[in-house]
Amino acid sequence: MKFEYHQPKNLKEAGKYLLLNNSIPFSGGTDILALMKDGIVNPDHVVNLKTIDGLSDIKFETGKGLSIGALVKIKEISQNQMIAENFPVLKIAASEIASPQLRNMGTVGGNLCQRPRCMYFRDDFDCIRKGGGTCYAFEGFNKYHCIIGGGPCYIVHPSDLAVALLALDAAVIIYSDGKQKQIPIDDFYILPESDAMSETILKPGEFVTGIFIPELKSEARSTYFKFKERDVWDFAIVSVAAIIRKNNGIIEWGSFAFGGVAPKPWLDNAFNKSIAGIRVASGSIENVVTKAFDNAQPLQLNSYKIPLVRNILRRVITQLSA
Amino acid sequence: MKIKVSFILNGLQVTVETEAHRRLLDLLRDDLNLTGTKEGCAIGECGACTVVMNKLAVNSCLVLAGQIDGAEIITIEGLMKNGALHSLQQKFIEKGAVQCGFCTPGMIMSAYALLLSNKNPDEEEIKEAIAGNLCRCTGYKQIIEAIADSEI
Repeated sequence: MKFEYHQPKNLKEAGKYLLLNNSIPFSGGTDILALMKDGIVNPDHVVNLKTIDGLSDIKFETGKGLSIGALVKIKEISQNQMIAENFPVLKIAASEIASPQLRNMGTVGGNLCQRPRCMYFRDDFDCIRKGGGTCYAFEGFNKYHCIIGGGPCYIVHPSDLAVALLALDAAVIIYSDGKQKQIPIDDFYILPESDAMSETILKPGEFVTGIFIPELKSEARSTYFKFKERDVWDFAIVSVAAIIRKNNGIIEWGSFAFGGVAPKPWLDNAFNKSIAGIRVASGSIENVVTKAFDNAQPLQLNSYKIPLVRNILRRVITQLSA
Repeated sequence: MKIKVSFILNGLQVTVETEAHRRLLDLLRDDLNLTGTKEGCAIGECGACTVVMNKLAVNSCLVLAGQIDGAEIITIEGLMKNGALHSLQQKFIEKGAVQCGFCTPGMIMSAYALLLSNKNPDEEEIKEAIAGNLCRCTGYKQIIEAIADSEI
């Protein structure tokens, strides 16, 4: 791996370098260096965003919400007291990411922009996501692939933070063409049917500068459950980010997001609507949960994810409404 | 493309000129002859290359040369003082926490980073701190005991 290394002083300079041919943004390096080592990504230009001031802050404004800079480390989110108190779902998701070493280096922006873990993508296969003509997972080993939203590529998005942020209705702030703009996180990620070679809307010259999370009502309770095969340092088989507000035994409002099920962090608006207004003690939770993902289209080896996601839903709803 | 980086390595000021694509691990092992730090998977999964950077455990295989300018780095070679093994090193021997030894430097550096911020970790905290370090010999039990018995 040989490349030119750029150290921009501000957003504008970074944007300029990122317009160079075959240029990538660089922050913690925990995913991109592994991709470069395996020859999946071979940049001519590496743009170190860490030299830019003002992207490393965590700021909470009462009445508005929480701003987190793209260069904030995962460890900082997992250990921030204010985040633990106001946004438990985000704290738990951050704590569940990878290993201490990687949380010490990995950044929020990098976590949102990490590439998929599909073994065909990460290995020496000329798959659709790398510009080839075939998705090898479709008829191959697809135990870890998506059950909804797939085609022509069947990855799942690996970010834990993104799932929590989606439930929190966060916006991703990106630098684009001289200015910063907020994109709802659900619009930041795309499905393979619109572009199978990218997970996000980012175009050359654009990069993530931060995220914004609107304040939650104080009575909201939230959590994140990540099911993995190995207890530590593993990606989600299925994960659920859950936020509910309960009043007099009734779930007034719920916001759920799902990881490990789709090529992007997955939002099911119909599910969120169906959870609102149900009485916890009435057994209606079961009616709602058994309908979740009834439109899934699992592949040969991953239909187990449907009962798994429903079981996780039962667990988190029971926990939050207790 | 060459870049120049200055950092503190095991208490000494070091300046190196190197290619931008090289990793901290390459600088340590190949240029500075500190081969205690091991290369395992080289993609951040095994932890064999763990060193302490600015008081935190990091995978040196995933740190680019350009990122260490101004940093303070401690490797396994930096733990021994005045010819005496560090408490962690001594306890790893006493508790039988070393078998093939390949994971040991990384394991000890993760433990060292833990002890820097937490002088009396409990078992869960120790397990958490070494979650990014794979050992295929010991079964971890002796490693956890060794760390629990160590002091900084």
